[in-house]
Amino acid sequence: MLDLIPDYVKNAPFYHLAVEAFLLVWILWLIFRKSYSPAEKNKLSEKDKKELLEEWTPEPLVPDYEFKDSVINPRVVEGPVAKYAIVNGVKSLNAASFNFLNMVGNEKINEKAIKSIEKYGVGSCGPRGFYGTIDVHLELEQRLAKFFSVEEGIIYSYGFSTIASAIPAYSKRGDIIFADEGVHFAIQKGIVASRSDVRYFKHNDIEDLERLLKEQEEADKKNPKKAKATRRFLVIEGLYMNHGDLCPLPKMVDLKYKYKYRIFLDETVSFATIGKTGRGVTEYYNVPREKIDLISGSMELSLGSVGGFCVGSSFVVQHQVLSGQGYCFSASLPPLLAASAIEALNIIEAQQGEMFPDLEKKCKLLHQKLKSVNNLTVSGIDISPVKHVRLSFDNTLEKLEKIVDYAQANSVSLTVARYLKEEKFSPKPSIRISVNYDLSDSEIDLIVNVIEQGIKSIGC
Amino acid sequence: MPSNELKSLVKRLNDDFGDVDPNNNDKPNLMSKETHIEPQNSSLVYSPKREVQESFEEAPLWAAVITYIGYLILNVFGWLRDFLRYSGLEEKKGAIDPNPKGFVPLYSEYECFYTRNMYTRIRDCFNRPICSVPGAKISLIERVSDDFNWTFKQSGRTIEALNLGSYNYLGFAENNGKCASNSIEAIKKMGVASCSPKQEFGTMKIHKDLEETMAKYLGVEDSICFGMGFATNSTNIPNLVNKGCLILSDELNHSSLVLGSRLSGATIKVFKHNDIDDLEKKLKDSIVYGQARTHRPWKKILIVVEGVYSMEGSIVNLPKIIELKKKYKAYLYLDEAHSIGAIGPNGRGVVDYWGCDPKDVDILMGTFTKSFGSCGGYIAGTKKLINHIRTYSYANCYASSMSPPIAEQIISSLNTISGADGTDEGKKRIAQLAWNSHYFREKLVKMGFIVYGNNDSPVVPLMLYMPAKIRAFNVEMLKRGIAVVTVGFPATRLTESRVRFCLSASHTKEMLDKALEAIDEVGDMLYLKYSKRKVHNA
Ligand SMILES: Cc1ncc(COP(=O)(O)O)c(C=O)c1O
Repeated sequence: MLDLIPDYVKNAPFYHLAVEAFLLVWILWLIFRKSYSPAEKNKLSEKDKKELLEEWTPEPLVPDYEFKDSVINPRVVEGPVAKYAIVNGVKSLNAASFNFLNMVGNEKINEKAIKSIEKYGVGSCGPRGFYGTIDVHLELEQRLAKFFSVEEGIIYSYGFSTIASAIPAYSKRGDIIFADEGVHFAIQKGIVASRSDVRYFKHNDIEDLERLLKEQEEADKKNPKKAKATRRFLVIEGLYMNHGDLCPLPKMVDLKYKYKYRIFLDETVSFATIGKTGRGVTEYYNVPREKIDLISGSMELSLGSVGGFCVGSSFVVQHQVLSGQGYCFSASLPPLLAASAIEALNIIEAQQGEMFPDLEKKCKLLHQKLKSVNNLTVSGIDISPVKHVRLSFDNTLEKLEKIVDYAQANSVSLTVARYLKEEKFSPKPSIRISVNYDLSDSEIDLIVNVIEQGIKSIGC
Repeated sequence: MPSNELKSLVKRLNDDFGDVDPNNNDKPNLMSKETHIEPQNSSLVYSPKREVQESFEEAPLWAAVITYIGYLILNVFGWLRDFLRYSGLEEKKGAIDPNPKGFVPLYSEYECFYTRNMYTRIRDCFNRPICSVPGAKISLIERVSDDFNWTFKQSGRTIEALNLGSYNYLGFAENNGKCASNSIEAIKKMGVASCSPKQEFGTMKIHKDLEETMAKYLGVEDSICFGMGFATNSTNIPNLVNKGCLILSDELNHSSLVLGSRLSGATIKVFKHNDIDDLEKKLKDSIVYGQARTHRPWKKILIVVEGVYSMEGSIVNLPKIIELKKKYKAYLYLDEAHSIGAIGPNGRGVVDYWGCDPKDVDILMGTFTKSFGSCGGYIAGTKKLINHIRTYSYANCYASSMSPPIAEQIISSLNTISGADGTDEGKKRIAQLAWNSHYFREKLVKMGFIVYGNNDSPVVPLMLYMPAKIRAFNVEMLKRGIAVVTVGFPATRLTESRVRFCLSASHTKEMLDKALEAIDEVGDMLYLKYSKRKVHNA
């Protein structure tokens, strides 16, 4: 019998075996103790369960509240939402939609869109990966890259989903995002989707940003191993949609190399509006574009089409082909919209010499005139094509809506900037005016006058 | 009056695939009840009374073993090549980080390894550009690579191929005909975009028309439309549930549903694909035990499922899920992306297919990118629900509204499908698609392939298993003039690479026969006929 016991057991010292035996007994005890745990006694009987199931009453799917008519039944436009739009059968001057370069309704664009339907039909019937890549998509991507003089571009079928997909493609759980408090909603949601740690700094406040960066530097010193694996991103807008001001890009680029973060710049508003030839804030500040890691933008504003894009180095942009959720898992942009965007780029490149100085002039003029209106404050920079105006006293959404209604009754379409409750830092209510480069001086006067009258009409 | 053509289509469908199975209670009730737009001519309803046949035959053991060995070899070669690259013996291809050293690498090592050593090998099968309508036939732009798929150049030639890959279920991907000409009119009248969100200045009359038409078609009170299907899910689920709520999500749900669920902040539990017992158990346990740690009761429970699963070809067991949802007071979110238009005697999706009441589904969602040959998505349900979404939807508040020609394409195709245009063109397409799906699937099964999914589904996945066959099948089929979609990890489980055929009403029997012949040939060549089932002759 003794032969069955291997040598190493026989030769082991006694205390060794004793310790092992003790461990074994202890483990067994742990295992058995668990099955006699008090949970057994607390276990619910079938009857209890049945009661619980019957008792449970969920909240209603939709909470009870009063819907706001101006939100669920907004104005309805007939015909194109161009410089003039038909609302309730009346032609009115449009200062509400982001039609900065007056592309909506442009004959050349319409013609290209029609040609596109005649060639490709309407929908693309598939995601980019599976026969949804059409030659016009590739052309548009190249054109956008060329427009920004960078290596590569990628397009999405929806503006909102562009930056909201791009951020989580790079920034993952455990990474750190430094973001401006003023970033628009799609960026906020992209940050949430990435599950990264986010540090918001005060809007356009470089010192606050630096404070956060220093804090992080201290934390990194304590845990250098973690720091080595933590990617850092700075997410900013070129021209802030919700503020109408520019980001202090050059300083942020300087800090980039000190604190080793990558810059994601959203040019939704500044693309094809800011800069001598519309190349955005990088052109405005003369910052070399290689220093920006990723530039995102939308075709739903200046280009008068639908969709969004990212441009940058091949190293960065190509990654989205496999990792941009809104790119991989959604049907591609309808070819007619890609063709329209290409035509809009053609128009821009042919007329950039006059277009952008013109737009800048109109923006400045409107800014000045709005500033002189009593009881009205204009925020942002004078060259911004979006202007947020607020009442100096007693600025409430209700009053602003009344002014918008007054203007509509007088054939000028304005809009309050709509925000959801879920905004991370709710902007103050405002009327957001968009500048069309094609506005005449008298049309600008009309807009300003109607606002002035509107303010008077509500007794402010 | 239904045309003779339609009559013969439906007769062919019933004769070929409508065999009776008296022992089965689970049969889809194809005679839908209250939601008829027009009284049905009974002889014109396709009524297969067969058992719900959904099959997921297991891979033979040898195939599974070889699949794992395949991945092992890929990995070993990957390591070897990476070693050569880092030691400078092999040239490093691909773009490099323009930032100076010292920045934390932008991509994780694993991700790079996968892209470099696996994806790049078969990259030529994906993102193939086309230069035509994505209809029954397509023109592919030929690409050549002289550096092993790291970069591509266009050769200037095009390849004409039969298209079994696009989601063109009802064949509305067309560059002529009524839909196209109406869309062209829409551009002339309204331009291509509005440049404003719906809540501000982007609501156009055509959007109102579309929402009314859609609600009427689905048989519910109201609907709301968005410019992208993906965003319809990802930006609206957060308006329905939030922290303290529970989402019970099918394990194979589309990434847009997963993203929306995640953004909502609700707790997410996953149940086994289309497994009613697992769902019931999770539902029951969740209600009984409440939230983890605090044991507070859940505020709401939302079940999220799809109609037809695009990678499996399975159809959701809707009647059972409705039963459960009523029994346990949960809410139901149904994504009909691949089923709306494509399934059901009236094309009204899985609700129509099972003869359920659309009002029993709390949130009906679907997309316009598939059967309607357009773009965008909708949510439909009660007036109260839709008004709530109008108020709180991210997309309704911030995203630019739908492009008018896109909306017009949907309205025109909808009117065709519902017969509101006064023709039976829509009905014919529905019958043709149903016949095509059955015909194609049955032939593949008979040939001995492992085919996943439901007999009535227009999505037909055929199993390849091994990673090397993804490219081989794709390329061999293209040589024979047929464009197919092959997918592998991460879109499917690691060992379940497959080819996915999407049938279309615009495929003719001749086209399908040609495709089947090629599949048969390539299947023999690549040893794809794995099935051990005795082929039951229908
Ligand atoms: C189930 C499901 N939901 C949503 C979507 C997204 O739709 P779209 O392509 O219109 O963005 C898809 C598309 O693949 C899908 O399969």
